[in-house]
Amino acid sequence: MTWEIALLLVQDGISTGAIYVLVALGIVLIFLVTRVIFVPFGDVVGYAALTLAALQLGQMPGTVWLVLTLAAIATVMEVVSLARQGDAHRIPRALLFYAVLPILPAAVVYFASMHALPMWLATLLTVAVVLPISPLLYRIAFRPLADASVLVLLIVAVAVHFAMSGLALLYFGPEGFRTEPMTRAFFDLGALTISGQSILIVVSSALFSFLLYLVFERTLIGKALRATAVNRVGARLVGILPSTTGATAFLIASLLAAISGILIGPIATLYYDSGFLIGLKAFVGAIIGGLVSYPATAVGAILVGIFESFASFWDSALKEVIVFSSLIPILVWQSFTSHTGVEEEIEEDESEGQA
Amino acid sequence: MSTLLAVEDLHVAYGKVEAVSGVSLEMQTGQIVTVIGPNGAGKTTMLAAIMGLLPSTGTVRYDGADMRRFGTEERVRRGICLVPESRELFTEMTVADNLILGAYTHWTNRKSLDAELDQVYARFPRLAERRTQLAGTLSGGERQMLALGRALMAKPRLLLLDEPSLGLAPLIVREIFRIVMSLRELGVSILLVEQNARAALETADYGYVLETGSIVHSGPASGLIHDPKVIASYLGGKVE
Repeated sequence: MTWEIALLLVQDGISTGAIYVLVALGIVLIFLVTRVIFVPFGDVVGYAALTLAALQLGQMPGTVWLVLTLAAIATVMEVVSLARQGDAHRIPRALLFYAVLPILPAAVVYFASMHALPMWLATLLTVAVVLPISPLLYRIAFRPLADASVLVLLIVAVAVHFAMSGLALLYFGPEGFRTEPMTRAFFDLGALTISGQSILIVVSSALFSFLLYLVFERTLIGKALRATAVNRVGARLVGILPSTTGATAFLIASLLAAISGILIGPIATLYYDSGFLIGLKAFVGAIIGGLVSYPATAVGAILVGIFESFASFWDSALKEVIVFSSLIPILVWQSFTSHTGVEEEIEEDESEGQA
Repeated sequence: MSTLLAVEDLHVAYGKVEAVSGVSLEMQTGQIVTVIGPNGAGKTTMLAAIMGLLPSTGTVRYDGADMRRFGTEERVRRGICLVPESRELFTEMTVADNLILGAYTHWTNRKSLDAELDQVYARFPRLAERRTQLAGTLSGGERQMLALGRALMAKPRLLLLDEPSLGLAPLIVREIFRIVMSLRELGVSILLVEQNARAALETADYGYVLETGSIVHSGPASGLIHDPKVIASYLGGKVE
């Protein structure tokens, strides 16, 4: 390997890794706040990319039907549970959040997809229609199980993943798609040529990571999210509703998924089930961060990107094997150096269960 | 004076084991009421049930409203606040952030929040010195002050205190009880659960004695403190 090739691989790895950063941050955020290892998160990323691709081809993306179905189920669940509790006065609010707000972007996309859309509008509509997916899944599949163990939540998450990727096959078909790049610019830096797209990816990733940091540090809801992650009982004692922080975490994560999907669309050909692998690789990054630390997660995700890029140079057929095998030494190393996150979280759940 | 909290025939069970069986108690607005009793009597469980953290049967009426259909969060919103024995602080967040989150239910704007923060800092100068420190790095006494301060940020009308003196040095215990007394001036009613029976009865207006899940004695605190049975069991006196 020459030095130019190595540099090229690093550059390529960083831009893929930057996307994994956003996905991994979403996974960690959801896990810390709700204890759900959100396996279908990668699928949401895939839906975002495929939605944008469909819009660019002038087709109606199946995401519209997904959102409508999820919104209908969630609305019925919410209205029934409110009526049972005798909280009829809260039904209009529930209708706004679970019916009107998700259906609105779906309807706009439905009608807009018949016209040729400028790039920025197609991107914006993609974000708008992908945004409700994760919070609706949370309401349907996870909120009713809020007190279940991490393992039960994981099993449900796996089931949701299979449902999501099956539906994606139905909506988008088995062909692969690649979206139009947002910029075709190239920059020469000595021996290195950097594409505008990869600069865009790295800048967006850094920007959204920074925004997430600002939300955590500066806003009350951000502090409430952190508080829920640190101490669930304490959070309830100050009046933080777990379902509110849960829904917020899923909503923020959905935004990260939409952005990631839009960014990865032009650099990889995506199929209905490609999202899962993206999610899984981001998960490796999240594991490097011990599923607790956001900065360590970001570093981990970048490392996975670089590692993947070198692995595909050495042997592209074994690329995935090499990336996922890297988990083994990481886990061994972690079991020696720290007792962070995962174990403690599970122990805590057990003691909660007994209490 | 009006009845602020009325608990009637409260039962709480962990599986088949009943930890609280048929507890009834009442407290008036502005009162300090204490529940004393040995380890395992069900004191903490009772508070958790009043707070809505544990499922229970029986009625809990607060401020004239039946609390049964409300979750913990709604009870906090209505002015009931629990300072648990385990403190339940946000250890990986700063002292200031812990306090800010105390005001979560009625947060309006930064200015009124700062005013409330200043009031708590005035009451607990130690917290003001440590405001940028992580809650997990505080000493036991400081943690208790932070837990109290966080509860005060919620502007409670009824404060449930679970063993506020547990594991603290005598000097700090006295400081904590002095603060508890001073909260009465803010119009906060206090339900105080304590193993340190003497300090609790000296602070309270009315007292209940809880043993194995049931109330066995009750009366004005000044009377209980001279009751031979209470003295024998909880105040370290001699049995005649």
